[in-house]
Amino acid sequence: MSYEVPLIEGETEAELKGTAGGYPLWEVFVRASRGLNHVHVGSVHASDVDTALQNARDVYTRRSEGVSLWVVPSAAISASEPHDQDAWFDSPKAYRHPTFYEIPEAIGHM
Amino acid sequence: MANELSHEERFEAILAADQKIEPRDWMPEAYRKTMIRQISQHAHSEVIGQQPEGNWITRAPTLRRKAILMAKVQDEAGHGLYLYSAAETLGIARDELNELLHSGRQKYSSIFNYPTLSWADMGAIGWLVDGAAITNQVMLTRTSYGPYSRAMIRVCKEESFHQRQGYEIMIALANGTPAQHEMAQDALNRFWWPSISMFGPPDDQSPNTEQSMAWKIKLETNDALRQRFIDMTVPQAEFLGLTIPDPDLKWNEETKHYDFGDIDWDDFWQVVKGNGPCNRERMAHKQKAWDDGAWVREAAMAHASKQHDRTLAATA
Repeated sequence: MSYEVPLIEGETEAELKGTAGGYPLWEVFVRASRGLNHVHVGSVHASDVDTALQNARDVYTRRSEGVSLWVVPSAAISASEPHDQDAWFDSPKAYRHPTFYEIPEAIGHM
Repeated sequence: MANELSHEERFEAILAADQKIEPRDWMPEAYRKTMIRQISQHAHSEVIGQQPEGNWITRAPTLRRKAILMAKVQDEAGHGLYLYSAAETLGIARDELNELLHSGRQKYSSIFNYPTLSWADMGAIGWLVDGAAITNQVMLTRTSYGPYSRAMIRVCKEESFHQRQGYEIMIALANGTPAQHEMAQDALNRFWWPSISMFGPPDDQSPNTEQSMAWKIKLETNDALRQRFIDMTVPQAEFLGLTIPDPDLKWNEETKHYDFGDIDWDDFWQVVKGNGPCNRERMAHKQKAWDDGAWVREAAMAHASKQHDRTLAATA
């Protein structure tokens, strides 16, 4: 179900304290079937790794979405910076792709 | 300043290219706040939305219906958790979100402040309330914030079962005994207006819509979504042989849409402001569940900490 609740006149805006507290956060990865990678699907809160796995099972695989689960403490993940995107990932280098090379038609598929 | 500008330009460029904003991207503070408000209210709605239906689990007419209803209520809990998970990527903690709901500083959808008086309400909620939710959520699968969009894709996959099981209940009752037919009609009477109010105030009274659409959070207006839902639902009511409680409802050959009567927005605002039939009951139940669970949360954390210490001691 849903959703958006219109602003009430005089509604106080939520202050973002960004406080930690409560159960730690875990990132959840699901392997959809054998032969595929585990893929990130979201997160759960749990007191320890066993309950994190159990919660991940209940929240993200209620309809046979997977055959295997990973949970990783969110705090353990290091990420690249969005502002590095161009320097890190935006290098065309067309010669790294097969379509850069012209093969005579007579040769056919290569 | 130049740096700030380039952030802004980058953000606008991502939106212009119909790409998603992701958690670690720079975003205007107002965008972040709007997203937090919308996603967390959506999450609260899923969680509170368990109550009206949970009310009927023990009284479902057959084991089949009971299993279905339990699965549906469980899904609503799951949807709440997908959404909280998405909200947290914006830098707000789960406990804070709970606190905002419990203290009344954040709301949930007003539709859950109406009581579920008969079994037919389980049909009407699935058919109408979930139907309206799907109309909105299908749009939101394309929303500009990546984690929200992904949560919506997951939710929409599951939501279609919710609507179909509700309509199936309505078919059974509408074709049942005269008393059952009457029950179905009564549920439609009570849930019709609140359901079409779910899309929010009309466009000319919805000041945030313009900004939300500029940020591609919303891709269609409240009125457009409402009209689509009504156009889809009227033939479904006709098939059931039930009457939508709106004397002004009629097909408009010119616009190729249904015209409909005026929504009572005063009533809508009363419910939003906390004066609906069930506002207090819903919040009291939520608060009690949270308080009653406090010792479990404390014990779980104490156990985790003890296990952690033992592991350290064993490896020392």
